[in-house]
Amino acid sequence: MSESGLILDHLTILRDGAPLVALDLHISPGEVVTVMGPSGVGKSTLLAAITGTLAPGFTLQGGIRLDGRDLTALPPEARHVGILFQDDLLFPHLSVGANLAFGLSPAIRGRAARRHRVQEALAEIGMEGFADRDPATLSGGQKARVALMRMLLSEPRALLLDEPFSRLDAALRGQIRDLVFTRARALGLPTLLVTHDKEDAEAAGGRVIALAAQA
Amino acid sequence: MRLRYAPALTLALMLGPVLAGLAGTLLPAIGIFPALGGWAPSLAAFKALLDWPGLERSVSLSLTTGLAATALSLVLTALIVGSWHGTRAFRWLETALSPLLSVPHAAAAFGIAFLIAPSGWISRALSPWATGWTRPPDLLIVQDPWGLAMTLGLVTKELPFLLLMTLAALPQAQPRRSLTVAQALGYGRLTGWLKVVLPRIYAQIRLPVYAVLAYSMSVVDVALILGPNTPPPLAVQVVRWMSDPDLAQRFTAAAGATLQLALVVGALGLWLAGETVAAGLGRRWIARGRRAHAEALARGIALVLGALSAGAVLAGLAGLALWSVAGFWSFPDALPDTLTLRPWMRHGPELLEPALDTLLIAGAATALALALTLACLQAEQRFGLTPGARSLWLLYLPLLIPQIAFLPGLQTLALMAGADMGRGAVILGHLVFVLPYVFLSLGDPFRSWDRRHATIAAALGAGPARIFWTLRLPMLLAPVLTAAAVGFAVSVGQYLPTLLIGAGRVQTLTTEAVALASGGDRRLIGLYAIAQTAVVVLGFALAIAAPRLVWANRRGMRGA
Repeated sequence: MSESGLILDHLTILRDGAPLVALDLHISPGEVVTVMGPSGVGKSTLLAAITGTLAPGFTLQGGIRLDGRDLTALPPEARHVGILFQDDLLFPHLSVGANLAFGLSPAIRGRAARRHRVQEALAEIGMEGFADRDPATLSGGQKARVALMRMLLSEPRALLLDEPFSRLDAALRGQIRDLVFTRARALGLPTLLVTHDKEDAEAAGGRVIALAAQA
Repeated sequence: MRLRYAPALTLALMLGPVLAGLAGTLLPAIGIFPALGGWAPSLAAFKALLDWPGLERSVSLSLTTGLAATALSLVLTALIVGSWHGTRAFRWLETALSPLLSVPHAAAAFGIAFLIAPSGWISRALSPWATGWTRPPDLLIVQDPWGLAMTLGLVTKELPFLLLMTLAALPQAQPRRSLTVAQALGYGRLTGWLKVVLPRIYAQIRLPVYAVLAYSMSVVDVALILGPNTPPPLAVQVVRWMSDPDLAQRFTAAAGATLQLALVVGALGLWLAGETVAAGLGRRWIARGRRAHAEALARGIALVLGALSAGAVLAGLAGLALWSVAGFWSFPDALPDTLTLRPWMRHGPELLEPALDTLLIAGAATALALALTLACLQAEQRFGLTPGARSLWLLYLPLLIPQIAFLPGLQTLALMAGADMGRGAVILGHLVFVLPYVFLSLGDPFRSWDRRHATIAAALGAGPARIFWTLRLPMLLAPVLTAAAVGFAVSVGQYLPTLLIGAGRVQTLTTEAVALASGGDRRLIGLYAIAQTAVVVLGFALAIAAPRLVWANRRGMRGA
């Protein structure tokens, strides 16, 4: 098996020593895998394990590898794993442009170059001229697009989605969903979607894994 | 990373002086004070204390004023919140709460003294048409021998504190749902609240109540202004012994401070026993199932007393402000004949130096407390430390041990070590009391910050330091500044730490104002009390205004 993509190698997450979630999974670049299950089954915990933000009291066994790198020993900021939550979580004190610049890779240097890249990114999501706007004044769809773009600008190597469409109204939902999946496939990102919405899983079009409560 | 040591360092700075001070108090009390020739343990100091003729009155004053002020404040708090929470009258009271809290104890006490004194505003308002007085009557209202004025003064300041603590505890108790259930069962609003919400609330405000008790029993500045003189409450007498030119009196002072500590511990025990009794009676009262007890009357009383208490502080301050600009103002006149800035012109310059020292000390103590608190909270979150009930007790310890029990000890230790106690020592002394308030004020907002912002930022490649400085701190600007304003106010209001640690050589607006208590120059008192209050109010105004200015164009930051 190739080492590219996101590999959860016999991963078990334990809470206070008791197994909570167990998963063995290889997500290839560009593939979207959906994990479903009732709330409380540990879906968000699984994502926290991959981002490296598990709360104290949780431990994990097995490995998490991304394109051949072992992630388990790395701090969250060195993992290059992007995540979207059901809330847009734009930083409320920063302008739209500053939110995007926060995500923009530091490899792009110089004020002018960075500002240019941010403007480009805004154009890509049809929001030219929004750089100085207060994020609180955006519509729901605009916020979702900025959140997605902020994440993509950080050049992640994998994508985690924590029910990111559940707060959007029906009309926007399909639109944003398509945007996210199209982008992820185009960039060849292994993508893990966590949801309890069947429609999301169908739209993702990939494998669906049902998590059941551990005995 | 050094962050890991922040909690230990904070504890050391907060509790170190308390414990060292207690040792420095207890040792001389049993005769050990090498600098004054005390080498062997003896009970001479306690004998001297027992021989002091005022002891019995002093002790009973400390107990009665402390217990009465605490019980009154608590009962009023319960009645006010139970009767009026969620109404428009309550929202008005809530707006008055922060300004009331920020008024330093000494200023509030001076204001009340001016209201109720024989020559005060109330007496002027009633004279001569109702009382027939053309001269101030010869009545001992302020500094009455029973400590009634002092108790009253304490209640006006402790009531807002307990109200605030209750409001902070309310959301967790989910009063609305319980109250709806109780009202559906036919219980009156207040009776229902007292029966189903209060028991849960009280469990959460116990520590603040204990702090109020310890404080009220051993307060010095309010006692100097409103309390009886001959004899004064025990804590005041200890300060007198401490400042006696006869150094041998230091032994008596130490014995008195030890007794004060024992009194507070004993009163806390008594209070705990009272809790058990009250809980038993309460359970029986609840089980009897009566639906209402003179609801309208109780609600009316709660509102009137609450408004009186708030009004007394505000009217007192207005009176002080008026005195500070009063020209000729003879007795039965409710208002001065003329207004003049002469007192401010004449005494303004001498105000400047204590004002600057006040700002320096409060600023430094607040900055230190803020840095330590943020480091502790950040360490708590980074290393997954879970603060338990024990850490809350530790936080309250400096507020539960009477100041008079350990501050004399610190002075004694400094004397032994030959250390010069200047502003630096005073700042560290203030830190002991500023830290708990800053921590209590900032802890909840800091912890309830949405951690998913940090997860997102980390996923974007930001390390913990960048997340803290560019996201968490700016997003928490408003609560951080509020905590700073609270800490600043606590420091400005400190009397005893400045007096005892500064060994009388560090003067702040508060020490200067309290020193005027015995003189009775109302213009000067008004001047200092207003200056003292203004400094604190300015701090709160900045804390409220700055985030609104900084985040004027960020709708998501409003009300945060």
